[in-house]
Amino acid sequence: MYALIALGYTMVYGIVRLINFAHGDVFMVGAFLAFYSVEKLHLPLPAVFAVAAGGSAFLAVVIERVAYRPLRNAPKIAALITAIGVSLFLEYFTALHQVFGPNYYAFPRPFQVVSLEIGGITVTNIQGIILLATLVSLGVLQYVVHRTKVGRGMRAVSHDDVTAGLMGVNVNAVISFTFALGAALAGVGGVLYGIAYPQINTFMGVMPGLKAFTAAVLGGIGSIPGAVLGALIMGQSETMTTAYLSSTYRDGIAFVLLIAVLLWKPTGILGKARTEKV
Amino acid sequence: MKRATLLLAFLFPALAAVVPSHAKEIKIGLITPLSGDVKTYGESVRNSFLIAVEEANAKGGVAGMKITYVIQDDRNDATEAANAANLLVNQHRVKAIVGAVTSKATIPVSDIIQAAKIPTLTPTATNPKVTVADGKRKDYMFRSCFIDPFQGMVMAKFSCETLKKKHAAVLFDASNDYSKGTAEVFRDAFGKQGGKVAAFESYGKDDVDFSALLTKVKASGADLLFLPDYYNKVGLIAKQAQEKGLKVQLVGPDGWDSPDLVKIAGSAIEGGYFSNHYSPDDRRPEVVAWVKKYKEKHGQVPDALGTLAYDGTKLLIEAIRKAGSDDPRKIRDALASITDFHGVTGKSTLDRNGDSIKSAAIVKIEGGKQKFVKMVNP
Amino acid sequence: MTWLKNIAKAILPFVLLSGPVMFLSASEILNPYWVQIFQLACIVAISALGLNLIYGFTGLFSLGHAAFYGVGAYTAALLTKLYIGAYGDEAVFATGAVFLGSLLAGGGAAALLACLVGLPTLRLTSDYLGIATLGFGVIMKVLFDNADSFLPQLGGARGMTGIQRMTGVPWTVAALVAAILVIRNLVHSTYGRALVAIREDEVAAAAMGIDTFRYKVIGFTAGCAFAGVAGGLYAHLYTFLHPSTFDFLKSFDVLMIVVLGGLGNLTGTLAASFAWVFLLEGMRVALPPEYIEFRWVLIPLLLIVTMLVRPRGLFGVREIPFLRNKVYR
Repeated sequence: MYALIALGYTMVYGIVRLINFAHGDVFMVGAFLAFYSVEKLHLPLPAVFAVAAGGSAFLAVVIERVAYRPLRNAPKIAALITAIGVSLFLEYFTALHQVFGPNYYAFPRPFQVVSLEIGGITVTNIQGIILLATLVSLGVLQYVVHRTKVGRGMRAVSHDDVTAGLMGVNVNAVISFTFALGAALAGVGGVLYGIAYPQINTFMGVMPGLKAFTAAVLGGIGSIPGAVLGALIMGQSETMTTAYLSSTYRDGIAFVLLIAVLLWKPTGILGKARTEKV
Repeated sequence: MKRATLLLAFLFPALAAVVPSHAKEIKIGLITPLSGDVKTYGESVRNSFLIAVEEANAKGGVAGMKITYVIQDDRNDATEAANAANLLVNQHRVKAIVGAVTSKATIPVSDIIQAAKIPTLTPTATNPKVTVADGKRKDYMFRSCFIDPFQGMVMAKFSCETLKKKHAAVLFDASNDYSKGTAEVFRDAFGKQGGKVAAFESYGKDDVDFSALLTKVKASGADLLFLPDYYNKVGLIAKQAQEKGLKVQLVGPDGWDSPDLVKIAGSAIEGGYFSNHYSPDDRRPEVVAWVKKYKEKHGQVPDALGTLAYDGTKLLIEAIRKAGSDDPRKIRDALASITDFHGVTGKSTLDRNGDSIKSAAIVKIEGGKQKFVKMVNP
Repeated sequence: MTWLKNIAKAILPFVLLSGPVMFLSASEILNPYWVQIFQLACIVAISALGLNLIYGFTGLFSLGHAAFYGVGAYTAALLTKLYIGAYGDEAVFATGAVFLGSLLAGGGAAALLACLVGLPTLRLTSDYLGIATLGFGVIMKVLFDNADSFLPQLGGARGMTGIQRMTGVPWTVAALVAAILVIRNLVHSTYGRALVAIREDEVAAAAMGIDTFRYKVIGFTAGCAFAGVAGGLYAHLYTFLHPSTFDFLKSFDVLMIVVLGGLGNLTGTLAASFAWVFLLEGMRVALPPEYIEFRWVLIPLLLIVTMLVRPRGLFGVREIPFLRNKVYR
């Protein structure tokens, strides 16, 4: 679950070095779009995914255009602050009655939940779908980044955007594409979240956003397999501490782990060490 | 320069706002979360407050005075609640306040109104510290709902005596005072009733996956699961418990009250019992009339918090009527002397600590609907 | 005689700032609400100045500032509470001294913790340090939530009550003036120059013979100490502490103020703190009642627009003369 959101963080960070704090809220909007397309329009499941992913991608491109692009040559922190601003705005604005409203909404389940018990571990079909979706997204991403022209552009911009621009890469288009792709994944994540934990409200993006972001850092921000690995470790460590240590201190323990990993490998598990240029 | 103009623009109303007070008007304040994570409760409280005030005004006001009001938002944040209370007391010079909604917003409010001597009544904050903190009674602070310990006690007793369960598990939110407080009281009371609490575990405010905790509950062999939290969390836990194949009797406090609980949890919550301030299915005429009134105005069934706010506002208006004046001191004395006030949520009497003594409704979830079981007296 | 001049320099702004506010409040032109907001703004400014020292001057990206603020608040509140518990509040003996002591202890506790946290984590760079401090903020929130299990007076998730209201205008203004002076003198000293050198280019700074790690710890610790003092003032102004007041989202608030004011700009931080608090509260009065819930919709919008128009902060690199550094720029 965290993996899908973490992928968006890591892609955007990799390419523009921006911690996109609004990402968790894009995820929320994706879940709401899915909610409306199921509840009001009665769309079939594939269409729901398409609406959520498309809507989130569109939103992210707009956010990038309005709030981040004008600041690309300003200090990095300025864009970070607008990211926080966009995040707050999305949370409070969508909570208005004219938009999504403040209630907790029950997300309708499009199919029945079946649980299987294999060797003492209960597995539900939802978990299976989430795992599958994550693996598919990971595969698609790896393909896009490493095998397509846009992907080559992304890697070039990530490495050095000015030179990439000189070499004929349309930097703006590549960045917009990255945002759209990351957000589409978050939108898919939003639908899966709604199915797995059938309850959504406008503040639901905050905690998954923070945790996904942490996961991205843990795995080495900017690295796509790293984000997935980080998310797996996050999820597992949370479950393990709840099961064997103390549920009360769980969040604390997850972050102690994070700090420990950072001290051991300061750029995350799969992160590249950057040598300082003198 | 820009800053100076900005500052002036905001300071100006402060300096100029010496509100002319008509002899025929009484101004009361409302503090409620109109933004942030519990906006949905804050709004039903505001709606109900307005209905109560409008009703009183339609009848020609109270003690010959028309009621005017100021509403402020606390964003469910302690600092903002304190600022809102300060604003109402010092700038708008209200004579009495209804609010705040959550305990963490109400405690800072209670300190401010106590210093300013403005009688304040919270319709919904259940933490005992609202009216009495560190052994000191804040004598201008009142509440018109029962407190956390009471619900924990009622449900512990009900689980042992009526449901005949002896092994309980409790899951609660460690960062939520309401959840934690009720959980602790339930644990102690259940033990006193001769039961055994086999698992006592907590989770965090933003958790959505409880499978590890539920595995622990399953291993503990409990036959009853107490879930003191709001419906959104309870719905998720119940659902996941069902998916895990956990078969236990579910019980909980008033946080369960919402039509969305069944929507979220589906059949998983079937057969669960919870204590509540009132039940919209209760056939008492007051309840029927109130539900109808709220539905006409806002198109939905009033939730418990809204109903409590309606009763609380009416109780305060009743006190103003008894005091016969807008003098805060007299209103306070009238509030302290209220006995047997008949509201939608039942009969209540304010005790020495300013807390309400009132009965709780036990509600069962049956066929996807709330079914009123019985009233339990303290 | 320079010391006399220095004391005069400190007293003058104190009188200029607290004098009018106290006069207006005594003569009831400014009601207690606005006085309280004024004090809150001072407290926020102290905490933001601390973060500016950490991030603006030293370039250490910290997202855990609210946690240190909280540590200061809880420490100071616990001390005065224990003191009053032991001696009773009638027989309050030398309250001022006790309060001062508790504030300093709050600052000290925050500094000590900052030093302990900083020693391992300050080896991290830029965003990774941000994440580590953010994580620290989450850890502290969990500890605050469960504080009652090791010390019942702290209240845990139910919040800490029974704190005496001791903070007043003279206290907050004095603390703010002291914070301004200390930070000004610090950043204008050799220490300050070392800190700025680290921000500008850590490798070059090291090459110039600056023990960069040591200076980073010093900068971080000092900045957090200010947060601790501010927390102590907050505790004794609002008399109620709840863990959610100190969660990681609150760290963002302070960060926004520092960036809005301009990094490494003391004037800007002061102005932004006051603008932030007064804007937030002013909207209560200025917005018509039907739109009161739009407060938190307008604030982020304003924030985004401000950042787009002035990406280097409201004041950029302009400072009022007294705070300007004579050596560089």
